[in-house]
Amino acid sequence: MRGRTHPVEAVAAWLLALVWLAPLGYAFWSALHPAGYATSFSLSAPWTLENFARAWKQAPFARYYLNTIVLVTLVLIGQLILSTLAAYAFARFKFRGNGIAFALVLLQLMIMPDVLIVENYRAIAKLGLLDTISAIALPYLASAFGIFLLRQTFKSVPQELVEAARVEGAGPLGILWRVYVPLARPTYVAFGLVSVSYHWNNFLWPLIVTNSVGARPLTVGLAVFGAPETGVDWSVITAATVMTMAPLLIAFLLFQRQFVQSFMRAGIR
Amino acid sequence: MVAHRRPVASGMTDTAAASPIPQRRAGAQAWWNAVNAWLLLLPAAVLLVAFTHYPILATIRHSLFITKRNGTEVFIGLDSYQGMAADPIFWKALINNFWFALGTIPTSIALALVMAIWVNRNMRGRGFLRLAYFTPTVLPMIAVANIWLFFYTPDYGLLDQLRGVFGLGGWNWLGDPSTVMGCLIVMVIWKEAGFFMIFYLAALQQLSPDLDEAAAIEGASRWYTFRRITFPLLMPTTLFVAINAVINSFKLVDHLVIMTKGGPNNASTLLLYYIYEVAFTFQDSSYAATLTVVLLLLLSAVALVKFGYLDRRIHYQ
Repeated sequence: MRGRTHPVEAVAAWLLALVWLAPLGYAFWSALHPAGYATSFSLSAPWTLENFARAWKQAPFARYYLNTIVLVTLVLIGQLILSTLAAYAFARFKFRGNGIAFALVLLQLMIMPDVLIVENYRAIAKLGLLDTISAIALPYLASAFGIFLLRQTFKSVPQELVEAARVEGAGPLGILWRVYVPLARPTYVAFGLVSVSYHWNNFLWPLIVTNSVGARPLTVGLAVFGAPETGVDWSVITAATVMTMAPLLIAFLLFQRQFVQSFMRAGIR
Repeated sequence: MVAHRRPVASGMTDTAAASPIPQRRAGAQAWWNAVNAWLLLLPAAVLLVAFTHYPILATIRHSLFITKRNGTEVFIGLDSYQGMAADPIFWKALINNFWFALGTIPTSIALALVMAIWVNRNMRGRGFLRLAYFTPTVLPMIAVANIWLFFYTPDYGLLDQLRGVFGLGGWNWLGDPSTVMGCLIVMVIWKEAGFFMIFYLAALQQLSPDLDEAAAIEGASRWYTFRRITFPLLMPTTLFVAINAVINSFKLVDHLVIMTKGGPNNASTLLLYYIYEVAFTFQDSSYAATLTVVLLLLLSAVALVKFGYLDRRIHYQ
């Protein structure tokens, strides 16, 4: 199938690509032109950043950005530490209940916190954490996906390296830190990219547990800003939409290959 | 077939299999190992239990009780479930979920396969094509919903402007029960196809080029080669993608919050969105728990198919 391509197919492939990019292209068009040109595409349309300025002024997007960055960092650091420790236990220690414990971890791959919103809301309320960034992060800190991925990687670490470190007098944690973690770097990158994009984009749970500017991430801020009741005009909303997705989009354009590979590993679990 | 190829006891501790340690020391070693392992697991285990396992059990429990105004819980048995069976919105949501899955999954899988085949070719600009197809995957659903909301806006929106060119009148795409689901399905296909593409791409790159050559030498047409060789070989990928797509179809509700709120007249509501509404708009957490039980059962059924059938096949490869 890798042979020559029929010209008709090439044209179809390009057409599909253009159709696929059109919604995004449209968002940029509308964000970068005055409201009057939102649906009239003319080459003479003047370019402007006015919509971005207005969106930035009309809602606390700076704060939303900060919240999202804090959230994503918090989740990532928590997930990396917890998954590393747990994966190490599963990969290199023999203990009773190992199999059952691992099965219980894998359960989270099928029944994610995303669907347990009712009970998790109760728990967060009982902990007195409603409307905080920690509330958004907590249910996701232990990641079955992270544990699974790192366990696979750790299992492939050659025993000789572990022995060598032991001979040098390293304890269990020393071995983890000096042998396993450095060798798992590609896995960490893959997991990190998926985690950051997931939590940058996550919406329903943050919507439920936050209700003030101080804790709202970008996605929720955008939804509040774009609600029809607010009467904000369309071009300004698209500018806000572009602002919300821009950091991820730029990161994706810069690290395309890593993104695609990471998402692939994320899917194949 | 390597059915009996088992992982070489890598669960074995780093020392356990070694020299003939006296029985007592071996016992102490095993004990010490277990302590270490559980200490390493502890932080993740606490959070997993708190936010996954406990909530699952609590959901089941809460579906059997109602909370009175003074805070006391009263056991009501299966009353909530009877109420649910008589709730037309619940059935509507469930049926919508079914149509949503049926509308999005086969089409996005087919598109994903076509995209992967194209991107896998030595075609000019295939890097760009891959980029174009994959980009929607990295966007937040909420941003996607905002953009598409504008396409579907009556009169002023892009779709109606296009209709205007052909002299057709405006149409309230998201406000009409007969078109709302279709509109959302098209959007989700756009969002998901590129994600599924990468799995097919990975699988295609694993296939031996010899197969194509052999088929070409035999004079098989390209369509025949695809239908009889490539597609069957990609079957595990198709199943795998299909399962993931089914799980996604239960989870994807972000767009409803800003596009339709489940309307008009519940024509676009989905189970998870209905749970959200019942719990946080109608404040009926007991009924929300009952609905969640149904969602958990559906996800468990998918899990059974996945682990019982699919994973076994993958291991045999």
